[in-house]
Amino acid sequence: MWKWLHPYAKPEASFRLAGAFVPWFTALAVLCLSVGTVWGLLFAPSDYQQGDSFRIIYVHVPAAILSMGAYLTMAIAGFIALVWQIKQSEIFVAAVAPIGAGFTFIALLTGAAWGKPMWGTWWVWDARLTSELILLFLYLGVIALYNAFDDKALAGRSASILSLVGVINLPIIHYSVEWWNTLHQGASITKFAKPSIDSAMLWPLLLNIVGFGAFLGALSLVRFRTELLKREQRRPWVRQLLLGTGEA
Amino acid sequence: MRAVLNVIKRELLIAMRRKSDILNPLWFLLIVITLFPLALGPEPELLARVAPGVLWVAALLSSLLSLERLFRDDYLDGSLEQLLLSGHPLAALSLAKIVAHWLLTALPLLLLSPLFAVLLGLSMPIFKATFLTLLIGTPVLSLIGGVGVALTVGLRRGGVLLSLLVLPLFIPVLIFATSAIEAASFGLPYAGHLAIMGAIAMLTLCFAPFATASALRVSMS
Amino acid sequence: MQFDSFSDFVAMGGYGFYVWLSFGCTLLTLGAVVVDSIFKRQALTRSITQLKAKQDRMLAAREVKERL
Repeated sequence: MWKWLHPYAKPEASFRLAGAFVPWFTALAVLCLSVGTVWGLLFAPSDYQQGDSFRIIYVHVPAAILSMGAYLTMAIAGFIALVWQIKQSEIFVAAVAPIGAGFTFIALLTGAAWGKPMWGTWWVWDARLTSELILLFLYLGVIALYNAFDDKALAGRSASILSLVGVINLPIIHYSVEWWNTLHQGASITKFAKPSIDSAMLWPLLLNIVGFGAFLGALSLVRFRTELLKREQRRPWVRQLLLGTGEA
Repeated sequence: MRAVLNVIKRELLIAMRRKSDILNPLWFLLIVITLFPLALGPEPELLARVAPGVLWVAALLSSLLSLERLFRDDYLDGSLEQLLLSGHPLAALSLAKIVAHWLLTALPLLLLSPLFAVLLGLSMPIFKATFLTLLIGTPVLSLIGGVGVALTVGLRRGGVLLSLLVLPLFIPVLIFATSAIEAASFGLPYAGHLAIMGAIAMLTLCFAPFATASALRVSMS
Repeated sequence: MQFDSFSDFVAMGGYGFYVWLSFGCTLLTLGAVVVDSIFKRQALTRSITQLKAKQDRMLAAREVKERL
């Protein structure tokens, strides 16, 4: 049943496959992000409560959703790497981590820039903000651990283990922080009542979420290819590919 | 089972011969706790308000200090490799080492906690809550720390990295422990907080030894 | 179109600073990740090419030595 997958265990084949997907993801990302952002900034109606500041949603929400999606992707890749010992999968862990960290960073920054006009401060120890911050720490831990090893095969497996440990902890952290917050601050945060979002506002948001997802896909595949080449750099196929010389 | 007991016994023996390894983290804890009243001012109300947090953060930091020696020495002198080759399940052996580590670092801390309570001016019910949270929480610190050490043991400068990896994972324990103590200070029941901490401890007890074992296998290969 | 003029668009109903800060930072971060990925790929290609050139030189030198 899974036999059609087997040829892709070869580094060369998975390199090619990844390369075939990159242009499609790139095109999708560019299209969705440009249409979604222009639509969101120029044509979406402004919010009756928040005015035009709500337009930050078009980068904040996609980044926040995809920061968690990227962590989940990374952990699933780590799981596959550990259980089936697939080398490509641990390379993928290393490829996703920096992009996920970037998304988390964006979510935090835009959240702060949104919080300032709405809540009056750049930062509140709100449950979501805090768990997003901890998510950033977890990403940085995976990246730091991966970079600390000289032997990249060890680095990949260690990072896979850490990403799995993190994903088990993530819900616990999230609920503990949520619970801690209700205890410390109660209802003092003026979280604006969520208005049912108008479809004219929703469409650009969905487009940007898809765009961020495609961006994640495209760039993680690019990084995956680079990392794969790096590991295989002494193999003939890499030389052939990069230098056009067969035997080496 | 026998192997597990032997590992624990060996760890305790080694530690008895090198007492400074046990005493230094406690010293550190004591000094950190002394620094807080000096920095914040000696008003008893203020101290009593921040004491649970201070005690727990200090306990986290001091447990980090002693974590490295969980596998580092054994890695350097090759006895970790012997354990790996011994044929016993590695998860059980790493659990044994973690238990030994808890006995050597957290137990003295628990025994000394009355002293810290006096220094920070904790009342009896608050001290009781603090003691219980430390009793349930410190095994979690040792277990999660074990995974972190196993991941970084093969690295030359693993120390700082270890704290970066492990501290975010300590957050849930810290939150529930301090809020239990806070509830106790208002005279509220805190059995629920302890129950959640117990659940976290059980969960980590189930997963952490296996994660530690697989991380050790990676580090030793 | 929600805005009457370009300056209206920039002002964002008084929230211009925050909105453009957010979008700017997002663009900067995404751009940094893209540039980093491309740069890494180019650096790798360069190092592999250099390695190959070095090996070629060593081979050539050995051939010269053998001929002597």
